Amino acid sequence: MSARDRILAKLRRNAPSTTNPLPDVGAWFAGHRPVETAAEKAARFRHFIELAHAEVHPVDADSWLDTLHGILKARGIGKLLLAEGTAHGDAALDALPPRGIECSVYDMAIEAWKTEMFTATPASLTGARAAIAETGTLILWPDEREPRLMSLVPPVHVVLLDATRIYNTFFEAMSHEGWKDGLPTNALLISGPSKTADIQQTLAYGAHGPKELIVLMLTPKEDAQ
Amino acid sequence: MSEQITEHPLHFRPDEAFRARAKAVVDSPFLRQSFRGAMDFLMSKRAAQFPDADELETLRSLGEQIRQYNLSRLPDLLLQLETRLTANGVKVHWAETPDDANAIILGIIQGHGASKMVKGKSMVSEEIELNHAAEAAGIEALESDMGEYIVQLAGEKPSHIIMPAIHKTKEEIARLFAEKVPGVDYTDNVDALIQIGRNVLRRKFLEAEIGLSGVNFAVAETGTLCLVENEGNGRMCTTAPGIHIAITGIEKIVEKLEHVPPLYSLLTRSATGQNISTYFNMISSPRKPGEKDGPEEVHLVLLDNGRSQAYADEQLRKTLQCIRCGACMNHCPVYTRIGGHAYGTTYPGPIGKIISPHMLGLDGTSGLVTASSLCGACGEVCPVKIPIPELLIRLRSEAFAEPPGHAGKPSAMRDQGAGYSPLQAAIWRGWAAVYSTPALYRAVSWLGSRLRALTPRRQGGWTSVRTPLQPAPQRLRDLMKQRH
Repeated sequence: MSARDRILAKLRRNAPSTTNPLPDVGAWFAGHRPVETAAEKAARFRHFIELAHAEVHPVDADSWLDTLHGILKARGIGKLLLAEGTAHGDAALDALPPRGIECSVYDMAIEAWKTEMFTATPASLTGARAAIAETGTLILWPDEREPRLMSLVPPVHVVLLDATRIYNTFFEAMSHEGWKDGLPTNALLISGPSKTADIQQTLAYGAHGPKELIVLMLTPKEDAQ
Repeated sequence: MSEQITEHPLHFRPDEAFRARAKAVVDSPFLRQSFRGAMDFLMSKRAAQFPDADELETLRSLGEQIRQYNLSRLPDLLLQLETRLTANGVKVHWAETPDDANAIILGIIQGHGASKMVKGKSMVSEEIELNHAAEAAGIEALESDMGEYIVQLAGEKPSHIIMPAIHKTKEEIARLFAEKVPGVDYTDNVDALIQIGRNVLRRKFLEAEIGLSGVNFAVAETGTLCLVENEGNGRMCTTAPGIHIAITGIEKIVEKLEHVPPLYSLLTRSATGQNISTYFNMISSPRKPGEKDGPEEVHLVLLDNGRSQAYADEQLRKTLQCIRCGACMNHCPVYTRIGGHAYGTTYPGPIGKIISPHMLGLDGTSGLVTASSLCGACGEVCPVKIPIPELLIRLRSEAFAEPPGHAGKPSAMRDQGAGYSPLQAAIWRGWAAVYSTPALYRAVSWLGSRLRALTPRRQGGWTSVRTPLQPAPQRLRDLMKQRH
């Protein structure tokens, strides 16, 4: 008998004879939060992610590249890692090099350039799939074009978020999008820059991941503040 | 400050020394003040996250129902998880004991000819003493959570399951870094200290061949491993190295993805008073063709180590509801006074007292279950409503009742009756006889008041901090008689 069979046999021998009722998670969340407008959700999202030390810039489709350029210039960053083949990545790849930003793309498996990623990649730009208002959280599903380490290794991570894609709660996001029927290799919730309070309960940012998280909140032009 | 309580940093320490270790901390005003401050901070942070008492109560009930539902289906769900993970390309391993788990993990590492491992925070890896086993096998196992890195550098073990280095001041950490990290000068600036750790560990993330992590929730229906963290080291360990090995106890499983949001919310709010952690990392497979990063291999080790013993008993099964938030220790008056190292077990505090006897046997842990005032704070704050005080009472009776060999009862626990004393049992039997037989009671109390001068001055544990008990010169019944 294998360890697996012994563990399972031991559990089965002593398992309760009846299964407990399935908890109604949806019912709890139905009464949890009032329905909010898109603007209210955007405001709530912004409030909480800023509390977690992220920087938020409302932008529109015409202005976001200018804002991105300004953010990089203000920090003296001359190099940006992009996802070629995404709408935002291609747009930045067209617009930024003429304005003095060197753009690199994630076009090879990480093994070929791991050292460069860890030592010479000061900033990255990725999209966000959606966001969560209740906790000020970005949802990212990294994929072939926009791999996992893009949102983790560079010290400055800039995220473009479509402000019309903000859910009220984590539960609403996963239910509405049917996550149980198919999750990617890696799905992520990100709620601020990397941080720790492991030394004497003192909060410090930039533990192992990005030191700065910057959100470009893309709002339809007529609504943009 | 902690030299006297960490004499065996890499091993479970014997129960007999528990009192001595606890006394050492209680006798140090500095340590007591430092734990008091940290626990007050964590308690107020948690309280601020639950301003609405009704919401807290209904959410705790939901959390309890979710954990109990999933435990009631545990064997089926483990099979479902295995099937889904295997279909996703994750290799599943089963381990009955810590030695089995270490052999599996070291086997994977050695099978790849690897020698460098970075570790995300995992209490189960502490439970199996993986670092010790890796060191003996010539494999570098480096902790990358800042708190874990600090305690590893100091040759200690975590003193808290969420904040491993909570017993250390920044000045101690500054001295430690200056002494142990090459090229670092003394600084007690917390930001600077974190940047030192970041720079050392970034190099390690780049070089490591193996990444090891724990698991907060394993979702059976999707075959997904969920990790909760703030620092990003968990994501590093599970993304940068070519091989990811996750280890978890068999109880950390939920059937449905929708079970995760309520438990996750309860976990971060109860643990550190955060509405959410910085990262929630959901891993469902190794790198797929065309993907440019992530490990090529993902392994999951499922560990029993006494959990199936707790599972076998309806009451003790509730121990396995735990989501490891640490709120019980933050609110425990005993933990606050003696700190995490005094317990001598991987899991300190109230949850440690009720889970450790299943992992280690009652023989080495019978002293722990009595180290409680039964004030009830742990049960009151537990986000999944584990009745910790009730379980402590149950474990006391398991530890101090007559061993099953004598009474012929089936044994619910390893080392049942480890604390049993025939003399004490005889005294209690005599006490019961006296108090249930009026004539005998009258005779004994009459004799007691006459022979009171013979009362011993030392009365076991009672007189260690109290004056001796002595029968009154006149019994209550005699005094009452005189009034008429």
